[in-house]
Amino acid sequence: MKSCVKASYLMSKQLDTPLSFKEKTMLKVHMAMCKNCRRCHTHLNAIHDWCHQRHDKELSAK
Amino acid sequence: MQASYEKQFEALRPKLIAFTLLQVQDRGHAEDLVQDALIGALEGLSTYQGNAQFDTWVYSILRNKLVDYIRRAKRERERFVSDEDEIDIDSMFDERSHWDLDAAPSHWHSPEDLHLRSNFWEVFDFCLLHLPTSTARVFALRELMDLETTEICDCLDISEQNVWTILHRARLKLRGCLEKGWFLKGEAV
Repeated sequence: MKSCVKASYLMSKQLDTPLSFKEKTMLKVHMAMCKNCRRCHTHLNAIHDWCHQRHDKELSAK
Repeated sequence: MQASYEKQFEALRPKLIAFTLLQVQDRGHAEDLVQDALIGALEGLSTYQGNAQFDTWVYSILRNKLVDYIRRAKRERERFVSDEDEIDIDSMFDERSHWDLDAAPSHWHSPEDLHLRSNFWEVFDFCLLHLPTSTARVFALRELMDLETTEICDCLDISEQNVWTILHRARLKLRGCLEKGWFLKGEAV
């Protein structure tokens, strides 16, 4: 998989549902070669986690 | 003490309405929901522990009301029309589908605790509200209201594939917006 578009799609999808074995492998191989996508992956995960922490913080406040 | 909270409520109201309008098209109805949430907050003031930011706490009350509303109203909703095509992600990539130089992700300097600063969420909400409306709505349902994608499909009557595509675009756009509005503005260093 050479496309960063497709790789970023899989990173996003992974935050919502488990990827298939094939998808996971394609993403891993692509990220091993692509620094920009490794950064993008870190950022998308961070945004996802922050939203959830914001949510948890609210819940624990009740 | 109550009077000072009422002032805070008034200051929050426009933001709460903007957030609600993502999910509820009718303005009158959105204002009613916000009003309900504010009354709920006022009644619950004694349970507010002060260990969350005040506005975060009010948001959580509104969010619960909204989730209830969305679940109840799904049969009467108007047809969901996706506007994710308005998000241009093509220009983030070159003709070989690699990251374009201008849009390529930068290094975010130790972002771990930055989101705890209050104006981080101001930048975040600004970025969110600048997404096309129905895209922002799907993102908010998933990430701010914590619905699973299957439930979003059910509420909006769209396919899961569709939800993944919308979330992909929303996340790339938000990432870019946060990077420009926050991480490259010297806040991070």
